[in-house]
Amino acid sequence: MKLTVNGKTHEVDVEDDMPLLWVLRDELGITGPKYGCGIAQCGACTVHEDGVAVRSCQLAAGDVVGEITTIEGLGTPNTLHAVQEAWIDLQVAQCGYCQAGQIMQAASFLDLNSEPTDDQIDAAMSGNLCRCGSYPRIREAVKSAATKLRRV
Amino acid sequence: MGRVKTIARRSFLIGSAAIAGGVAFGTYLYKREGENPLLADLKPGETAITPYVKIDAQGITLITPRADVGQGAWSMQAHMIAEELDIDPATAILSSGPASAIYYNGVVGAEAMPIAATSDTILARTGRGAADVMGKLMGLHITGGSSTVPDMYDRLRMAGAVARETLIRAAMKQTGLPRNQLSTENGCVVLPDGLKIEYLDLAVAAADIKPVQDVTLRDPSQWRYLTKPQKRTDMVAKSTGTLTYGIDMVMDGMVYATTRTNPAIGGGIIGFDAEAAQTMRGVRDVLPISGGIAVVADNTWRAFQAAQAVECDWGPSPYIGNTDEQFDAVANSMTDDHQDSRFKDEGDVTAALDGAKVIEAEYRIPYLAHAPLEPLSVVVKMTDTRLDIWTGTQIPRFVQANMAKLTGLDADNIHVHVIMSGGSFGRRLEDDYIAQAVEIAMQLPDTPIKMIWQREEDFTHDFPRPLAMARAKGAVKFGALDVFDLSIAAPSVAESSLARLGQPAIGPDVAIVAGAWDQPFAIPNYRVTGYRTPAMVPISSWRSVGASGNGFLHESFMDELCHVAGVDPLKERLRLCWHDPSRKVLEAVGEMSDWGSDLGPNRGRGLAFTLAFGVPVAEVVEVTSTDDGIRIDKVFVAADVGRVLDHMNFEAQVQGGVIFGLGHAMNCELTYQDGVAEQDNFHAYEGMRLYQTPQIIVRGLENGDKIRGIGEPAVPPAAPALANAIFAATGQRIRELPLSKSIDFV
Ligand code: FES
Ligand code: FES
Repeated sequence: MKLTVNGKTHEVDVEDDMPLLWVLRDELGITGPKYGCGIAQCGACTVHEDGVAVRSCQLAAGDVVGEITTIEGLGTPNTLHAVQEAWIDLQVAQCGYCQAGQIMQAASFLDLNSEPTDDQIDAAMSGNLCRCGSYPRIREAVKSAATKLRRV
Repeated sequence: MGRVKTIARRSFLIGSAAIAGGVAFGTYLYKREGENPLLADLKPGETAITPYVKIDAQGITLITPRADVGQGAWSMQAHMIAEELDIDPATAILSSGPASAIYYNGVVGAEAMPIAATSDTILARTGRGAADVMGKLMGLHITGGSSTVPDMYDRLRMAGAVARETLIRAAMKQTGLPRNQLSTENGCVVLPDGLKIEYLDLAVAAADIKPVQDVTLRDPSQWRYLTKPQKRTDMVAKSTGTLTYGIDMVMDGMVYATTRTNPAIGGGIIGFDAEAAQTMRGVRDVLPISGGIAVVADNTWRAFQAAQAVECDWGPSPYIGNTDEQFDAVANSMTDDHQDSRFKDEGDVTAALDGAKVIEAEYRIPYLAHAPLEPLSVVVKMTDTRLDIWTGTQIPRFVQANMAKLTGLDADNIHVHVIMSGGSFGRRLEDDYIAQAVEIAMQLPDTPIKMIWQREEDFTHDFPRPLAMARAKGAVKFGALDVFDLSIAAPSVAESSLARLGQPAIGPDVAIVAGAWDQPFAIPNYRVTGYRTPAMVPISSWRSVGASGNGFLHESFMDELCHVAGVDPLKERLRLCWHDPSRKVLEAVGEMSDWGSDLGPNRGRGLAFTLAFGVPVAEVVEVTSTDDGIRIDKVFVAADVGRVLDHMNFEAQVQGGVIFGLGHAMNCELTYQDGVAEQDNFHAYEGMRLYQTPQIIVRGLENGDKIRGIGEPAVPPAAPALANAIFAATGQRIRELPLSKSIDFV
């Protein structure tokens, strides 16, 4: 089957029911999306399908219809996305393992809602676990990114 | 400003063969006490001025031997070296270095001794000295116990200073200028006319010079990085998905593996049928390993699927298998013959309780899983002559020794490459998962194997934080605390984890009472007794170890007694506290939280204090009791680490510690049925989520006499501060964790 990831189309030969996460990680070598739980409880595997955050551990390869963007496609160390910039400015990451998922969740959320209230941020980000407890800074970084994005 | 001596760069490259093998530069303090382990593997063109600084044509590599499990240890170690070496840490390459005795931990051993951090008697000092010697003799290359900063603060700055001074000596040789005309700036030696020689260009010359040993450390007033808000060196990579964790390693010809062992802990495997699994797509092998099976495939998910398809015949767990019975065993161990310690015994508790109105309470805390977000994973490759292991681990030398035993290879031929861990909380103090991967590698030589555990395997094969029970008796007199008698029973982490390392556990286990026996309060009759429950399921250290639960046991009862005495819990603690830095954190948190002011209806404040790992921490939690349950509004924290080296990361570690403490107290427990952990993924072990996260206001104080670490100390007071706040808001006293068994949270 064909998959478009970060603007590049790949031909992959996998079972229809292989979760996208493992196609990305083990077939395409794109390791930004992380495996944390495999059951939609942690959000570490979050990527975008046509700009909308999805849990790639729950999306079967055969069901992918849109273009996939992973953290690597959102921005790079030299060309950071505003959300990544905010994450770095506020020094959010601890172990960092959840952060690719957090950032992808935040980027998609802010795309849909450029002036979120605190409650909306809380609701949008609560599916993403952080075992290290970086939540206070995640909250601040989402707010800061929203401001940055509005200025763009 | 120009650069001189560009010729030196060329001679560096040309002359590099001359320093293949390198020159040994010891660090200031430990010069003759061990070989510089970097020398053995030096390639042409590399110089290792100390065991912590290596220079080659690519740049300056700083060795950061304490593992980074998310607490920022790599970045902090790099900043400590860079401060004295005079380079920008952002420009350095970081490496964990090899497993080596020279990277021993001289501080962590003291945690196992019954020495209060507040004690400065000759005996206490001798004990700490013994921990250092023991660490050195045993080559304890280990990360834990919030010891990285206290252990490495002098050593790494010295290593940086020795390297810098040696590079200056090299510049003197090259330029003929005297020492007093040379200075350094940001990776260069600066000449009187302003010209600069890059360190890289001095490396060859430095390799021929005996490292300068008599160095003076900079005065803190001259620091450019330490005590300033730092930019962690891993932040960009972690925000762009470009950091390689163990789970992300890729190698040519690599295969993907997963294992399944008996979910009934220790039960072993009687037999298995792999017929269905063998034929599944991508499956290469189904192999036996100790206690279970391994599947090797061409994709992790295929390995997962096939592992589930193997039919296993498991044996029964040899341990007490049900949590009710486990708690019974704990309760039954509160007898004289199980008494393990009584490090605190002041006044005369028995006499003081006689005739007094005795207040009694019983508390329980559960087993807890570590569950770092990166499931356990490791890459291994074994050949006839060597074994390479890539993983996040806090115990590289134990890994080396244990895998030597397992494979029959010489420890010298086992290379442990330590990489960033996606969390640990103590889990990566164990090497069970590494041994499994090595067992696979022994059956599949010459093939790189990436082994990843399914999350369910991770939860059900943890070595959890032990459960514990406390029985407390107390009395008050004239509106003040008079008797505080706390008995704690728990299985011993030291006994369990040392047995896995093939070591005996000698003497009492301090962890059973840590964070309770060593608190700085002068209660007239004050006793803390530890009881050791005979070993049950294997257990291990969990963020803040013994204090993680004992903070709840001690501080809940403290609150109860204050309530009975009718005294304010902050005022009473201040009255009883004899340790100045501890008094100051209590005062600070009182001021920050506006303690004593009216919060309005259905709201309450709770205070708790724990001194653990030498760090006094006071926390105030504010809650509101709503129709949907308890909402945690705010947390105020004051902590004293002697000197805050990085305010940004200090705040992050404190906030993370508070959330770790609160989240587990709210809703986490690991319970067993027939030896099988019943919580096998995050749906049943949630911790805190963002919408529940309170505002957490942090203040770092600097009154302590020694520098301390902050990865763990913020955890213990969080649970009791929350429980005490719930009592203040609702009148409901909860004596068992998780609190969700008794009350709802928003
Ligand atoms: S791995 Fe997909 S939500 Fe946890
Ligand atoms: S930073 Fe470690 S899990 Fe979020």
